[in-house]
Amino acid sequence: MTAHAVAGRLVEFARALREHGIAVGTGETVDAAAAAEAVGFADRERLREALAASVLRGAAQRPVFDGVFDLYFPAAHGTSETAADEPETPAQLRDRLLDALVAGDDARVRALAATGIDLFGGYGAAAGGGQGQGQGNGHGGEGAPGGAGQAGGNGSPAARLSGWSAYQALSEVRPQALRARLRTAIREARADGLDGDAADALADREAAAGIASFTEHVRAEARRRTAELRGRDRIARHAVAPQTDLVAFTNASAEQFAEMRRAVQPLSRTLATRLAARRRRATRGRIDLRRTVRRSLATGGVPMRPVMRRRRPGRPELVLLCDMSGSVAGFAQFTLLLTQALSDQFSKVRSFAFVSRTDEITDLVRAGRDEPENLAERIVTEANLTTIGMSSDYDGALQTFADGWGDVLGPRTSVLILGDGRTNGAPPNLAALRELAGRARHVHWLNPERESSWGTGDSEAHRYAREVPMFECRTIRQLSRLVTRLLPD
Amino acid sequence: MTQSSTSQTVPTSPSGSPEQAPQFASVDEVVERLAGAGYLASNAAATTVFLADRLGKPLLVEGPAGVGKTELARAMAAGTDSELIRLQCYEGIDESRALYEWNHASQLLRITAAKDESWDATREHVFSEEFLLSRPLLTAIRNEDPTVLLIDEIDKADVEVEGLLLEVLGDFQVTVPELGTITAARRPLVVLTSNATRELSEALKRRCLFLHLDFPPADLERDIVTLRVPELDGELAASLVRVVGALRELELRKSPSIAESVDWARTLLALGAETLDEDTVRATLGVILKYESDQRKALSELRLDRVLSPADAAGSSVS
Repeated sequence: MTAHAVAGRLVEFARALREHGIAVGTGETVDAAAAAEAVGFADRERLREALAASVLRGAAQRPVFDGVFDLYFPAAHGTSETAADEPETPAQLRDRLLDALVAGDDARVRALAATGIDLFGGYGAAAGGGQGQGQGNGHGGEGAPGGAGQAGGNGSPAARLSGWSAYQALSEVRPQALRARLRTAIREARADGLDGDAADALADREAAAGIASFTEHVRAEARRRTAELRGRDRIARHAVAPQTDLVAFTNASAEQFAEMRRAVQPLSRTLATRLAARRRRATRGRIDLRRTVRRSLATGGVPMRPVMRRRRPGRPELVLLCDMSGSVAGFAQFTLLLTQALSDQFSKVRSFAFVSRTDEITDLVRAGRDEPENLAERIVTEANLTTIGMSSDYDGALQTFADGWGDVLGPRTSVLILGDGRTNGAPPNLAALRELAGRARHVHWLNPERESSWGTGDSEAHRYAREVPMFECRTIRQLSRLVTRLLPD
Repeated sequence: MTQSSTSQTVPTSPSGSPEQAPQFASVDEVVERLAGAGYLASNAAATTVFLADRLGKPLLVEGPAGVGKTELARAMAAGTDSELIRLQCYEGIDESRALYEWNHASQLLRITAAKDESWDATREHVFSEEFLLSRPLLTAIRNEDPTVLLIDEIDKADVEVEGLLLEVLGDFQVTVPELGTITAARRPLVVLTSNATRELSEALKRRCLFLHLDFPPADLERDIVTLRVPELDGELAASLVRVVGALRELELRKSPSIAESVDWARTLLALGAETLDEDTVRATLGVILKYESDQRKALSELRLDRVLSPADAAGSSVS
């Protein structure tokens, strides 16, 4: 690439990063260029690290960065060269994959992923070219993966294909089918002191991880080739997964939730430090005479810098009231884990959950610190949350809370209500909410829905929002901002 | 401290800081020299260290505890024959601990001793090198030999300290009002480490190269363990790394770090374990997992928990 082309590519790259929420300023782009020049373009991995070092500001941005980097600085163009010993059927591909995974040869796994895409990933006829139209319709597009795959294998695929599908390639190769064999193979190949169940368990985990890495390679390869076909910018906008802290709670996948749970511990530490710092800054007022005199010894007995008395941190009580129905459950689960991790910041944390009636879940949540995986399911099965069905009824929920646990609230209590305010047609029961608000010091409502959809359909959010302050809380980033802002000193 | 700047505005370095020759010629050389110092650098670490040296920017290293952040700085110092100057940050650290401080007690003594002197003469004396207590940042800037400045756990320090670092790391110069501006005689290689307990300010991050150190891939970790505990059998090291890798996949409160892998290797060596069998793992799990709940989870996930069932307990060798 010429110097001009490199500069242009870097600028496009920076713009794509910006679109994914990574703030890359002009300064960083210049730094990145300097770094790229120092490292050179010969080694792609080093170039990747050099750019990462110059533009990234946190580990959470790394997956996004990698995705965008692969698009803008691809390892290869076009389809991979097909060598003589390359597999031709899914079964052969699986065999090769087995060998590569057992050997732990990541480069080979990646090559096989490319082959998999080559053979089985192509689909559709190109929309634009007339030549493509003529030859392509015979294959029936997406409906016949085998036929389209053949088309991808022979000749010039870019002319005929409209895209590469990881989903299609994976459903053809079915790497999951390998798992049992892979486990046995790993177990034999890596024989060590462990035996019996433990070795099985270990091999099983490694097999699953290996298959997951193959799947990821296939996806990346499909993205890369589709990017070549359709233009990088468009793919970059949609195909690179967003950062974990920007994923909306209401439509996160299971993996994204697992990712979020991992974020709980670090996030709680960050928040705790932030809260502590705020308390420290609040230290002003009365002079601590003893410590002032002691410090004055350094300045020859002249008290130059007074020391203020440290205010005793008033640790508030926190009460959480969580909607555990359907789509809101994930959000509630995350917030419960987060407040549990933050529990040393409060004198007391009590958690309540509801679907159509309310029950206390403090103990369940506490146990959830050690086993966060299925907290939401456990809460739903073990606590008494509903009389019938799993649709939320705010009327009954607020009423049972006010009747059963009204004495929990006091002048030092802060209440967080987590829910979308969708009452499924039931009356909103504003009186009960008003009663809560009257007793507690603060009541805040965190709503995982977009503010624009409050009050649409069966949502009573706008009416609740008139009684207590309500905040949109769709992502981890919004949540952590709210937590520091709302929690009292 | 060869300089004795007594006038008001004499900088320590007379000619500013000229472009100095980089320490490393290539990324490969970084890998080599760090390995020579006992640190096996990943591709990311080596590239970033190379850039930090080449571009003269500070290096901000982030990552979980025990992945070798501080160790990287040590190895950089050893690999480049530099002096390592370390500033350990903590809550409440301030300018007088990080940069410099006037030695008030001695100054007062000096003033009392010189009763007959005029005030101008006294002032010149009192605010001279003799009474300046140099703290790590100033020491690093004034050092004329190659220096690696390690600012450890910057996230523990308050936000105000970052402001102070901005001046120091941006221009490698320090202004002491009574002495004038002191410019670095030689740019130190700066390494900042952070455990990410607090979000660092955008301004500081922008001035740094960012390196996230994470748990290394299995083969690198095996090499690290073998390098640190060379007496350990290679195969045992491999299975140890496998188990640790599997443990990191679990959702634990505290994942085992490299430091813990090395500790575990030492423990196994001390116990004279030949292979990593289930009993050994069970008996020594406390070395790598520090929470009881984590241990319980690890045992059940790795299906080692048969020790808890009474049928097997008799045959177990756990004391």
